[in-house]
Amino acid sequence: MALLLKNARCVDPQVELDAICDVLVRDGQIAQIGKPGTVDMAKGVQKDLSGRILIPGMMDMHVHLREPGYEYKEDVASGSRAAAKGGFTAVLCMPNTKPVINDATQVAYVIDKAQLYARTNIYVAGALSHGLKGEALSEMGDMVSSGAIAFTDDGRGVQDSGMMRRAMDYAKQFNVPVLSHCQDEGLVANGVVNEGLVSTRLGLASWPAAGEEIQIARDIALCEITGCALHVQHISTARGVDLVRAAKNAGLPVTCEVTPHHLFLCEDDLDERYDTNLKMNPPLRTRDDMLALQTALTEGIIDCVATDHAPHAAHEKALEFELAPFGTIGLETALGLVYGNLVAGGKMTLASMIARMSVAPRRILGLQAVRLEEGNVADLTIFNPDILWTVRAEDFCSKSKNSAFLGLELKGRATDVYVEGYASLEDGKVVD
Amino acid sequence: MSTLSCKHVLNMRDMTVEDIYLTLDVAKSFKEINERPIKKLPTLRGRTVVNFFLEPSTRTRTSFEIAAKRLSADGVNFAASASATAKGESLVDTAQTLDAMSCDLVVIRHKYAGSPHILTQNMRARIINGGDGKHQHPTQALLDLFTMRERFGKIEGLKVGIVGDIAHSRVAGSLVEGLTMLGAEVTLIAPPTLLPARPDYWGTSVSVSHKIDDVLPELDVLYMLRIQLERIEQAPFPSLREYARLFGVGTERMAKMKPDAIIMHPGPVNRGVELTSEAVDAANNLLLYQVNAGVAVRMALMYLLLGGKPEGISE
Repeated sequence: MALLLKNARCVDPQVELDAICDVLVRDGQIAQIGKPGTVDMAKGVQKDLSGRILIPGMMDMHVHLREPGYEYKEDVASGSRAAAKGGFTAVLCMPNTKPVINDATQVAYVIDKAQLYARTNIYVAGALSHGLKGEALSEMGDMVSSGAIAFTDDGRGVQDSGMMRRAMDYAKQFNVPVLSHCQDEGLVANGVVNEGLVSTRLGLASWPAAGEEIQIARDIALCEITGCALHVQHISTARGVDLVRAAKNAGLPVTCEVTPHHLFLCEDDLDERYDTNLKMNPPLRTRDDMLALQTALTEGIIDCVATDHAPHAAHEKALEFELAPFGTIGLETALGLVYGNLVAGGKMTLASMIARMSVAPRRILGLQAVRLEEGNVADLTIFNPDILWTVRAEDFCSKSKNSAFLGLELKGRATDVYVEGYASLEDGKVVD
Repeated sequence: MSTLSCKHVLNMRDMTVEDIYLTLDVAKSFKEINERPIKKLPTLRGRTVVNFFLEPSTRTRTSFEIAAKRLSADGVNFAASASATAKGESLVDTAQTLDAMSCDLVVIRHKYAGSPHILTQNMRARIINGGDGKHQHPTQALLDLFTMRERFGKIEGLKVGIVGDIAHSRVAGSLVEGLTMLGAEVTLIAPPTLLPARPDYWGTSVSVSHKIDDVLPELDVLYMLRIQLERIEQAPFPSLREYARLFGVGTERMAKMKPDAIIMHPGPVNRGVELTSEAVDAANNLLLYQVNAGVAVRMALMYLLLGGKPEGISE
């Protein structure tokens, strides 16, 4: 059956498209795009999307779906519903599950779950080192055969430089990127907030910017000697951005991502309430860092936005700040934050937002591009750019409600999501 | 101004300058009562005060306990070893349980910063922070301010040197704020490894020195912090011997101090580390005065937080 999406503003910088169009979807593909009224459909469903924006489906390349092992926080089904609700057609899930996704069986398990329950495309990142211990290589070749598309020890930095070099050397043969969580444990130790004013003010153990930057610099050096594509995860400091900029200028295959919480929150937001939803790793940095990240995203030094969606149960976050786990959920607020603050706020073009949220993740991961052109897969994100809405715990599709943005008013929200032509989200409601 | 503007005392900055002076004034009345043969007042009869101590403490807990008893409150100790938290109950659940027992005031001591705030979110009782992690210890700061004010007549303009583990010290966290609020000048004296990342957070009246001998002759108050070996994860100095040589105070350094300058310490002292045994003995009258003032200050806070009026004490 065919689907005719009418009168949306269709935007895709990959094909230099920005116009009100009708889009005909058939057999999971975009069958035709044309001016309103010029696209005919013999039979099928029509949908008027006047006032909405239609873009290539967004992808979040940093998501914790928590399955297997922590299904009480999130699972493939709930995480993919959250992704659909947030406007994403694809996510990449991280391997720090229980057991760790470090062999072919675990990769296959998640992919099977995704085929059974997911509303969105779920891609899997395997562990870089066995058990995320940073000591021995994982079976990357086996995992690639089972469908893994990237490797990472996300949640921990690889402490031994020789080990990191071996891992990047080894990963290179599979033509997959290594996603690096940069954290020097000697410097960071048990730090929970940025080293500086906030650690002094709140009497909390400090997590210095240098603890991240040292490993970014090291991994860039290892990228140069191994030739393996390096993707720096959740970059959070201005100097980290400078290091990535220099690496790119030198022609190295280095990319990086930034989270919405590092883009729009900073250490000043932490106060005597010790809100554990603001405890994340890396920690919220200074206001200057935050502004530098916004600029770098706008300029494209930062390639993409990734949420580091990190669900934790209410009882885990309702602890003393130093005991609560790190992380905030992010899938359902990312679009509103980036669109509202940067695009509607006049700091970034809509085309750039699409480049950072739809195009770059697939390019970094070596996936087929999703374009708004005839014959392309119909992975589509449609959002209302004018809607103002308030982030409320009870509205999340995610099993966990630990959002750093609760109570905030956002501008822009996904209304419809299509994955291979099938609706995952329709009129703001997840299709089950 | 006859009541506190704050509902709880978690941080020094919960209090205004007026709140601090009110507390010190009320504490003075209680201190006089503490010198009497019969030290008990009926003012908090029927009120329940819980000492909720999740970290080992004898001195502070006893001080709060005596303060509650002197005001005729029913004091209950809820200690870590006997508590539900040892069985894995969360602080939120414990707070709600205590709340269900209808306590009027809870004093909490915990090794994690910000934990008193969790109590305020889950209990109706007034909360006093008895020390939270490396963050704040406001009643210690209040008794120190009380002692300085009694000794010098005022706080404003005093030059106070705080020596030792500033980074891991909740005592310093509160004392620096209290001193700067009341107009004292503070010098933090420590090796860089024992300083917090941004001492400039405390403002321009706080400076930093790594050389105690440079500062010593200027000081009215030399405040020695306890080297808390249990709270330091990675050795921030090579040996206690070297620390004592560089930052410890004995008779030689005491001789460089102004004649009317005083030495203070929150206790317990590591004899031979921050202070030599001779220095402790020489300063001991004042160190014990601090302890004595501690009871009066805690009585004052309990009294004021539970709605007492300064003029109601004179019985």
